[in-house]
Amino acid sequence: MADDVLIARSAWREFREEPAAFVRTRPHLPLIPLVFVGFVALWEWVVRAWAIPPFLLPAPSAVGASLAGGLMSRLYLEHFWVTLGEALLGFLIAALAGITLGAIIAQFRLVERTFYPYLVALQTLPKIAIAPLIIVWFGFGVPSKVIIAATVAFFPVLVNVIVGLKTIDQSKLDLMRSLNASHWQTFRLVRFPNALPFVFAGLDIAIVFSVLGAIVGEFVGAQRGLGNLILQFNFGLDIAGVFAVLILLSVLGVSLHLVMQVIQRRLIFWAEPEQVIGA
Amino acid sequence: MSQALIVVSDLEKTYTTRGRARVRALGGISLAIEAGEFVTIVGQSGCGKTTLLKILAGLLPRTAGTVTLRGKPVDRPTRDIGIVFQDPVLLPWRTVLDNVMLPVQVLGLDRDAHRARARDLLGLVGLEGFEDKYPHELSGGMRQRVAIARALVHDPSLLLMDEPFGALDAMTREHMNLELLRVWQEARKTIVFITHSIPEAVFLADRVVVMSARPGRVVEVVGVDLGRPRDLDMMASDEFGVYTRKIRHLFDD
Repeated sequence: MADDVLIARSAWREFREEPAAFVRTRPHLPLIPLVFVGFVALWEWVVRAWAIPPFLLPAPSAVGASLAGGLMSRLYLEHFWVTLGEALLGFLIAALAGITLGAIIAQFRLVERTFYPYLVALQTLPKIAIAPLIIVWFGFGVPSKVIIAATVAFFPVLVNVIVGLKTIDQSKLDLMRSLNASHWQTFRLVRFPNALPFVFAGLDIAIVFSVLGAIVGEFVGAQRGLGNLILQFNFGLDIAGVFAVLILLSVLGVSLHLVMQVIQRRLIFWAEPEQVIGA
Repeated sequence: MSQALIVVSDLEKTYTTRGRARVRALGGISLAIEAGEFVTIVGQSGCGKTTLLKILAGLLPRTAGTVTLRGKPVDRPTRDIGIVFQDPVLLPWRTVLDNVMLPVQVLGLDRDAHRARARDLLGLVGLEGFEDKYPHELSGGMRQRVAIARALVHDPSLLLMDEPFGALDAMTREHMNLELLRVWQEARKTIVFITHSIPEAVFLADRVVVMSARPGRVVEVVGVDLGRPRDLDMMASDEFGVYTRKIRHLFDD
């Protein structure tokens, strides 16, 4: 996806110079918005033709109106920032903890062997199931959502860091050994940068998961946030409002993912694309 | 023989495999290499060439025998050795210049002083102007040149090369051989070069060490009296043919 973003710049130049040829070589480009417009039109028509009640399925026009109204009154934005803040904080904690612990586990075999069974057990546990507990322990405010987001986002980072640090050719290690490099030098100069493509694959998953965690936390118990807003709208059978929030959520998810991809492209421009898993 | 740079005597290496089987990789190798010599080691795959090189580099422990460099036993890697591996083993996130500077950084040498040396070496291997490129922007031959510059940057007296041009196409390989001889003559190093190509071994060497397999032993050391500097036309000469035939027959027995 980041490829698309970065290629976009040169593509734009190409488009301005020869628009007809540009579209001819990329027949999917006009089709993407066309599919969207067709889908929305069909949806609008179905709702109107069969007079589907708005509390079952609102027309796209009603969703649009709700979205515009909510954005104008700043109601949505207020909740948007809360959810974004919870997700980002949770993500940062997960990233720091995942990278630190992953590095320790990958470096010390005893630590790895001792804690591996527990990690597997924790990883197979659906983290969302402990959300109610965390609400009990940390209350209805922002901290509990941050913790849930961090818990959900932590494992993809941890696993990818461990795999990344272990995926290294012996020849690179031989090179460092031939220079009498210390463990720390080998880690800092070779092992860690070598693991970065994997680390970023983990971070990319983590940022999406952290939004998921924040929303789940808000479902279980909160006063604010987009998850809370969805519940309120659902109760009031304001389904157009629910759809409007869902659109905001997908905008949030896609933006965070794109930001991650741009950072990744800048930092690990040297990696072969197939080297990066899960991206 | 006390003047020799490297002295290997009765070197043995035995591996223990997972199934507890003992594999004799090297069976009593003795060899002396003089300072400034270009020695090639030729043998079939699995004859223990790479094992021998790794022991010379201090990367692998030996089972019996001694290896000395300037009279001191080689038990661990030393600064006085530069290694060029089969693959270039460049760090893809570092520029060409930073890759060449890696030994300087790890060994804690004066970076400013060595940066000029690194640039000179890149010039020597024909990569002037490529200092700020990244490895993925270079061809296979160019990457191996970077690896050669890196192996020389901390000014070791001995260069160990493990089939460095094995992955290159034949024409690039011949060209790299010529370049290597030029670098060797200018940098005045001792080179131990492993290959499984008999013509390559003869073309480069002052002496060719012919090894047999299982366990690895020195069959014969063939002195090559072809004159320097060498050029590719020599490979078509009768003398050259005599050397390669002689070595080939050693493998037939």
